[in-house]
Amino acid sequence: MLKRSFIRLTKPRLKNELLQDTQTEPQKISTPKKVTLLLDNSFDQKEVFLLKEGDKVKTGRKLFLSKDSDAYVISTITGTVTSISPYTGDFGDTYTAISIVAGEEEEIDDEFEKCFKEPNLDVAKKFLACVPGNPPINLFSDSDKRINTIVICGVDSDLLITTRQYALKSDIEAIKSGILFLKKITGIDNIIMAAHRNQIQECGDTDIEIKEVNSDYPSTHPHLIMKDIMGQSVPEGRSCEDVGVCFFSAEAIAAIGNAFNHGKIPVTKNLTLVKKDGSKMMVSTRIGTPISEIFDAFDVTLNEKDRIIAGGPMTGSAVFSEDYPIQPDTDAIIVQVKDNVKKVLDNPCINCGECIRICPAKVPINMLIRFLQAGQYGMAAEQYDLFSCIECGLCSFVCISRIPIFQYIRLAKYELRSD
Amino acid sequence: MFDQKKFVVSHAPFLHDESRISERSYNIMLATLPAVLFGLVHYGIPALGVVSLSISSSIIWEFLMNYVTKRPKSIGDGNAALIGLLFAMLLPATSPWWLVLTGTFVSVVIGKQIFGGIGGNPFNPALIGIAILMVSWKNFFDFDDALLNYDLGFIMVYPLAALKHFGVSAVDSFTISDLLLGRQIGAIGTTFGIGIIAGGIYLIIRGFIRWEISLSFLAGVLITAFIFNLYDSTRYAGPFFHLLTGYTLIGAFFLATEDSSSPVNFIPMFIYGAGGGIMTVLIRNIGAHVDGVVFAIILMNIANPLLDKIRPKAIGKGI
Repeated sequence: MLKRSFIRLTKPRLKNELLQDTQTEPQKISTPKKVTLLLDNSFDQKEVFLLKEGDKVKTGRKLFLSKDSDAYVISTITGTVTSISPYTGDFGDTYTAISIVAGEEEEIDDEFEKCFKEPNLDVAKKFLACVPGNPPINLFSDSDKRINTIVICGVDSDLLITTRQYALKSDIEAIKSGILFLKKITGIDNIIMAAHRNQIQECGDTDIEIKEVNSDYPSTHPHLIMKDIMGQSVPEGRSCEDVGVCFFSAEAIAAIGNAFNHGKIPVTKNLTLVKKDGSKMMVSTRIGTPISEIFDAFDVTLNEKDRIIAGGPMTGSAVFSEDYPIQPDTDAIIVQVKDNVKKVLDNPCINCGECIRICPAKVPINMLIRFLQAGQYGMAAEQYDLFSCIECGLCSFVCISRIPIFQYIRLAKYELRSD
Repeated sequence: MFDQKKFVVSHAPFLHDESRISERSYNIMLATLPAVLFGLVHYGIPALGVVSLSISSSIIWEFLMNYVTKRPKSIGDGNAALIGLLFAMLLPATSPWWLVLTGTFVSVVIGKQIFGGIGGNPFNPALIGIAILMVSWKNFFDFDDALLNYDLGFIMVYPLAALKHFGVSAVDSFTISDLLLGRQIGAIGTTFGIGIIAGGIYLIIRGFIRWEISLSFLAGVLITAFIFNLYDSTRYAGPFFHLLTGYTLIGAFFLATEDSSSPVNFIPMFIYGAGGGIMTVLIRNIGAHVDGVVFAIILMNIANPLLDKIRPKAIGKGI
């Protein structure tokens, strides 16, 4: 898809996809027959759940398993709960998968309607934590993190995706009211919008500060937005939230705005679908829709050894099954044909220095990878800046030995953090 | 469950810029071709024999080492062939077969494989081979002696040896255009200045070698030679003479730039290259050896790990 040019005197430049003026409306797919919602909560067989198989739920209904836990999901269709089962994600993250089969007629749950007229943090926390875009609402009540700035990302975090840009373009009114609500419920006035140059005009009459982000990948990465446009580097191993800045996607703000304006919890998610031939389209679907229903709707046929990617091509994750549900933060689904799947190899590092030149965080990857391959994670973190890595994936992209450097780094971080 | 299609599940990123080690090796070999072909035309069948034997024996040594050490076969990446080719370029055309075999053995086995193969070698393998031969069988690297039976229609004297033994007046007859166009004797692949420069520029443009190293090496040679020349122009030859004779050009473009034994950070690359250039002229002008490139680069190879510690501060460090 992206080959290096013949002349390579300079480092390769990857451009974020910019939303075209000709972008059409997202294609809606019909309400799915079944949705699966992933509840961020570990699964204990012995526990007695409040929710049982066979329970009828309405669209917008808040589903939770026990009173002790804050975790919940919002049902995105009306129907019957058919299964509650454990699900393991990347790096051993545990979820509980709740499957709902659609009933005949759609009904909207009225719990949120009762309290939306008085927007406050509590209501937002109770109902809006899993709207499209996954707003990090719980952060505001976290006593460890004193959030003082909110950055609204109208830019997409990875290549090929235009989901957030589309939200900024199509739903600017909802975003404006979302910003007002957010100011009101959090009490934070320092809200900044990050947008590409061609979009600044569109968000011109919002009364918040707008900063331009250039379209070279990975400029849209939160750490680099912090460094480049806010002039504040995040200390190694810390997140932006640790230093008081939190990031909302434009889609999440629009969802919050819509929720408080209309009294309905948004359950439809826009996402960029990249088909096998590389053509892109915007799709609108319920959260929890299995990927297979999207493929059926747009005639994508899959073969053995193809690759399905949830998220962007640099930082997303490959999924093993067509039943994988769309998450609130799945901004893209990418399908790669078997022939385009490039294998990683176990060559050693030849010290060519490509990664050093492209790394936006200036991590000495040529040395780091030697320690990581030898399993010396402690040394890697101490001497070779493991935790400065911002996880953009560029090192693996340019690696001439095709070492899965990015995965080594994530594995090392995971191992060190779980110790 | 079992009739499900199986998809490839792997980790991000899902794109690659399609670069490969073999692509790199073959392009460097391609870039040496002008100089090598020129050498073959000049020195004929014996040179062809040396080049062929060197490349093939390098590959065989690598294959044998893969077999002995029970590691994956790595001859496909072209690195062994490249070492063999570069090694042959540094030899006189009349080198006997056993010299070539010993040299490639030292290059591939001692210079590279015992350190764990590609990427692990602290020195340039081809240079280790040539350095050991130069120390062990000095006479075979006396180019005047080795090429005694050739008469190619220009001054059949090895310029650097003439300079060393007879002073600047002995090399007055070499003009810069003669040297550039390969009208000098020397090792198989090192006499054709324009060819090597063209190959080097090709590699720099394609991004296969790091321009910082090549340019700073050449600058190091030029400036140091210029200072010596300024000091006493009857004893020390001018900068362009040093630039175009001996192993200087091949050293700058093909030897010093070997990936594993050279630094990758910006400032270290300049120090490394310039250090190699300065050492080259120092050895030539006041050292015992006729040519200093081999030992200068090996010396800088040793300094490489230390030099590469000079690096920019990573994001979020020390805040």
